[in-house]
Amino acid sequence: MIFLTRKAEFSSAHFYWNDAWSPEENERVFGKCANRNGHGHNYTLEVTVAGDVDPVSGFVVDLKQLKDILEREVVSVYDHRHLNLEVPEFAKAIPTTENIAIAVWNRLDKKIPNAKLHRVRVYEMPDLFADYYGEL
Amino acid sequence: MKAHLSRRYHFSASHRLNSDEFDAEKNSEVYGKCNNPHGHGHNYTVQVTVSGQVDPVTGMVCNLADLDGFARKNVVERFDHTNLNTLDCFAKKVSTTENLSIEIYGIFKGFTAAHVERIHVEETGNNSFDYAGDESPMPGTI
Repeated sequence: MIFLTRKAEFSSAHFYWNDAWSPEENERVFGKCANRNGHGHNYTLEVTVAGDVDPVSGFVVDLKQLKDILEREVVSVYDHRHLNLEVPEFAKAIPTTENIAIAVWNRLDKKIPNAKLHRVRVYEMPDLFADYYGEL
Repeated sequence: MKAHLSRRYHFSASHRLNSDEFDAEKNSEVYGKCNNPHGHGHNYTVQVTVSGQVDPVTGMVCNLADLDGFARKNVVERFDHTNLNTLDCFAKKVSTTENLSIEIYGIFKGFTAAHVERIHVEETGNNSFDYAGDESPMPGTI
C-alpha cells in the first residue's frame, strides 16, 4: 500500500466564538482569536490517501484528478472566504484548526476514486497544524 | 529504548510516464504532460525512517555515517542525474513516484544496522509518497 500526499493552500478569515458563552468568557478562553471583526491565515492543507499501485498505470490515483477534487470540494469553498460567515459547516462549529481538519475530511471522504482517505492535515501557520484520521 | 531516526537525501532525475500496456493516445490521456516524449525532471527528496534500540554506549540508533554511506552509494549515486526510465528497475514498470518509493524501500531494506520503517519520497513541493512495505503502519506514523 502506498500513501500519497497532495498539498493545497487557501486563505481565509475566521474568529473563535461560542454563542453559549458570555463575551467575557469568549475573550477569556479564545483571547485575540475572539475578535468579532475576524482575522485570517494562509492555510496549507495536506491530504493523504492510501491505495495499491495500479500495475498498468503505476498510479494509486491520478494526481491531477486529486488536485481537481481538492479544488472543487475544499479550496473553492474556503479560499478568500470568511469561514464563520460563508462556509455552512462553521455556522455552528467553531473554525478551529481541529474542526477545519474534520470538516475537510467530511468533504473528501469517499470522494477519492481507487483510494481511501488516510489523513487530513491542516496547517493554520507553519508552526501549528492539526491531523485527523477519521474515527479510528 | 526504541527510537526512530529520519534522514533526508536528495537527487535530481528525469523520467517520462508511459505504459507499454497503453497506446499513444491512452498514454497521453492518462499521464497528460508527464507523457511528454522527451521527458521532464524533478528534484527528488527521499526521507528514510529507521528504528532501533538506542545503544547505551553510543547513544545512537545507528551510526549516521553508515546510513549516509549506504544511501549515497545505493540510492543517490544510482539515481542522481539519470533518466529513471533507462534504469533496469523501470524497464518493465512505469517510473511513477509510487513505484520509485517501493524500489527505494527495497534498496534500504539492505541496510542492516537498523530496522527500516518507511520511505517518504517528495517529487515536488506539492506531492509526496510514503511506503512502509506490506505491514500497515501504526496509526499516526504517516
